[in-house]
Amino acid sequence: MFRPKTRYVALPSPRAGVGEEIDRLICPKCDTSLEPARLTAALGVCYRCGYHFRLRAPERIAMLVEPGSFREEDQAITATDVLGFTDSQPYAKRIEQSRATTGANEAVTWGEATLAGHRLVLVVLDFAFMGGSMGAATGEKITNGIERAGQSRLPLLIVSASGGARMQEGMLALMQLAKTSAALGRLAAAGVPYISLLTDPTMGGVTASFASLGDVIIAEPGAMIGFAGARVIQQATYETLPDGFQTAEFLLAHGMIDLVVPRQELPAVLRQLLDLYAPTAAAPGLQLQRQAKKTAAPAPAVTR
Amino acid sequence: MSDNGSVAAATWEQVELARHPDRPYALDYVHAIFSNFLELHGDRVFGDDHAIIGGPASFDSRTIMVIAQQKGRSTSERAMRNFGMANPEGYRKALRLVRQAERFKFPIVAFVDTSGAFPGAGAEERGIAWAIAENLVALSAARVPILTLVIGEGGSGGALGIGVGDRLLMMEHSIYSVAMPEACASILWRDIARKVEAAEALKLTAADLKRLGLADEIIPEPPGGAQNDYGQAADAAGAALRRHLKSLEAIATDRLVEERYQRYRRIGATS
Repeated sequence: MFRPKTRYVALPSPRAGVGEEIDRLICPKCDTSLEPARLTAALGVCYRCGYHFRLRAPERIAMLVEPGSFREEDQAITATDVLGFTDSQPYAKRIEQSRATTGANEAVTWGEATLAGHRLVLVVLDFAFMGGSMGAATGEKITNGIERAGQSRLPLLIVSASGGARMQEGMLALMQLAKTSAALGRLAAAGVPYISLLTDPTMGGVTASFASLGDVIIAEPGAMIGFAGARVIQQATYETLPDGFQTAEFLLAHGMIDLVVPRQELPAVLRQLLDLYAPTAAAPGLQLQRQAKKTAAPAPAVTR
Repeated sequence: MSDNGSVAAATWEQVELARHPDRPYALDYVHAIFSNFLELHGDRVFGDDHAIIGGPASFDSRTIMVIAQQKGRSTSERAMRNFGMANPEGYRKALRLVRQAERFKFPIVAFVDTSGAFPGAGAEERGIAWAIAENLVALSAARVPILTLVIGEGGSGGALGIGVGDRLLMMEHSIYSVAMPEACASILWRDIARKVEAAEALKLTAADLKRLGLADEIIPEPPGGAQNDYGQAADAAGAALRRHLKSLEAIATDRLVEERYQRYRRIGATS
């Protein structure tokens, strides 16, 4: 039986997403008919089986940061068809369509925001815009975000969702792997923390560049993460792929990521990470520590 | 045949030349251009990958570090080299050699010749994407001159994983692409038979990359292709490597690394 599977869910946000107009949503994992209001309240996680629906960038941002704190940058940067690429339809037309359906100019949105009292640079990819693929403009915006984090010494959080490099931009797209990675190399050398959050799906050139370079790498449960697609691997090798191949849990078991965190727990985990990696006087974590020190037994004298 | 059709056919001819089974492979160039090459083995983590080889060699009066993708000639060597498609171990061996080159101030000469990183379950389990990304960071910041020469196929992230450097040189009939035409056709057209159109659309020839400002120099091949005269191809490649290395060695290290950063930073920049 063919039934279109809905993988996106719209959460309340200032900008309308690809949101579903229908009254009920079917969970692609457990086939349960879900009530949109309950699903929204559950942050787009199936309240029956825990399946994590894909989120549009505006919804992801709204879910993560303090209301009204996000200041978007580079909103006007948009993809251009440098190669004059045409497959079943011209790339220029694809860009136009993606802009119309998503309301965004590119597959990535970035800006400064406040999360749990911490200022940070937040970069969010949107799979609804040409599969979250990385073209030159995408890579430029991501790199601008990374460089801002370095200049302002603000922690960086990148939320990935991408099929990889954007083929319609040929080698200009491939070179964005080098560009974003080089920028992250400098950020690491400057001692500014980078948290990479991998969401469904994160594949190809994006995994082989910025997505896997986090100081801490988190993934949402069930997210598909890898380099080559399972179909390509099967065609090339005739291998039988193990159960759960390329899922977040599979990567955790193989030592490739640090944590698998359900969406509901993300704010708490991110808060803890920011408190640990980017302590500031204003951050609650540190205040607690200071208070604890006051009440503890007198510390032995320390000479520096 | 339409104009577009003949252009596409000419592009496809380049793809077939880049993959010609008699084309010189990395070791043919290495032995012809350098002396004293000593192949080092192993990534010190898991294994030794024969699809990526490397080690120190003498080039004129200096030692350089070779890092290269190597295809096989005979059936058994092809299998041994996994058709030039590296696993994570190959990229991690390359990383080890990059670190060593920095330690001893050996310039790096990388030979790119792969249809891509190996798409296998084991490669995924051992973090092929992680290995490539680490190399992109390490090469972009390495404090020695790096020359990249594409000798045959430059396939996607698998090529870039040893391909970040100060100069990108391409043999006349080599190609370099975000995806191999077959993969691109099967994804975008959902029909692998459209590979000829895909090849043309991808702009993957050496001439295309030069036009796009990505390749610095195209090294001429003997008439009909490098397979017709290894000596002539290697002489041309050696002369270009010597000339570019000399100019890079004159640049102070800090500036060299900054210029390499800007080289990639500029690609796709809007301002």
